[in-house]
Amino acid sequence: MEAIAVAIILGCCALGAGICMGIGAVGPGIGEGHAVANACEAIGRQPEAKGAVTSTMIMGCAISETTGIYALVIAILLIFVAPITMVNALKAFINPGA
Amino acid sequence: MSESKAQKRDLRFRLVDGLYLAMIVLPLLAAILLKIFTNLPTGAEGLSITGARVFVRIPFPLMDILITEAMVNAWLILITIIGACLFLAHGITVKGGGIRQIAAEWVVEKAEGIIRDNMEPVFHAGYTPFIMTILAISACSSLMSLIGVFPPTADVNIIAGWSILVFILITKNKLKAGVGSYAKGFLEPIPVMLPMNILGEVATPVSMTFRHFGNVLSGTVIASLVAWALGGLTSLLLGWLPGFLGDIPFFNVGIPAVLSVYFDIFSGCIQAYIFAMLTMLNISGAYPGDDVLAERAAKRQKRKAQIAN
Repeated sequence: MEAIAVAIILGCCALGAGICMGIGAVGPGIGEGHAVANACEAIGRQPEAKGAVTSTMIMGCAISETTGIYALVIAILLIFVAPITMVNALKAFINPGA
Repeated sequence: MSESKAQKRDLRFRLVDGLYLAMIVLPLLAAILLKIFTNLPTGAEGLSITGARVFVRIPFPLMDILITEAMVNAWLILITIIGACLFLAHGITVKGGGIRQIAAEWVVEKAEGIIRDNMEPVFHAGYTPFIMTILAISACSSLMSLIGVFPPTADVNIIAGWSILVFILITKNKLKAGVGSYAKGFLEPIPVMLPMNILGEVATPVSMTFRHFGNVLSGTVIASLVAWALGGLTSLLLGWLPGFLGDIPFFNVGIPAVLSVYFDIFSGCIQAYIFAMLTMLNISGAYPGDDVLAERAAKRQKRKAQIAN
């Protein structure tokens, strides 16, 4: 019984991490692609402004990456931290004395 | 007589130079030695990703105070940065000196240029050292992983400390407009927005922390995953080699270094730049503006005059 519960916890953590990272990566991907496309267009139109456009683009990309990074942090927590604490909580729940 | 004096001064100059160079190099050596002597093999096989190791646990009433690897490494990198600054600034003359003085002046000029481009004029004089300290600590801490020790920026607590400092500065600048108007700012545009505004205020340091931490952490995690996978691949393909040759992870040589160029050097420097940039923009954006402050000062003077009458 306990083994099944632990297996469910581990499986749900892995599933949650996968879904979190998969959906969380869509937004930043689209956003950064948009930013880079427009930066390329701007450089093509005005090659002399390449330095300013590039530095602004990298700054903007890094900021729009933030939500993806949040998803990554949550996925890593789900894989490496959450199973241990949840299994410990489960064991404490099943055997309160131990 | 004067020649020996000059010789003596030259000797002292070199001695102080050597001291500063030792200040730069010794903390890094100490960090490496600390890593070697405390990183005892635990016998556990496979991949393990853990936070910073705890060196000392000081009992304290509310919560134990932990001295972790990240804190010690952050102190060591601080000593290195101070040593580098002193080394660059040593022997500066009005006439202009050698390469070292040119480098120091270039750094200071660049720093002041960045501040001038991004902040309100009131902040130009006072905030340059603070912003540049944040930039230097963040960049050097991230680059610390190049010498193989735990980078302090991979620990969320270190970055949270910097973010709380920035948050205090933001609030201080917002309070310049007066406590009343600061409190009223939470009720705009309509009073129902109060919880949202409080959340937005707290979100600034939290998002700054997690942006920096997540980027460094992702580099660490992906690097260890790749190293682990390459080790497994080696034992799968080259495990038939006789003797100790079969135990050497050949594929681990060189291939993870390509990732390191992106995650350690590029990402670390970019994140330091972004953290400093956001610090500047947030602090500058919190400033209520010269006209508001002038209005406030005029009002206060008027009230004082009324009381005097």
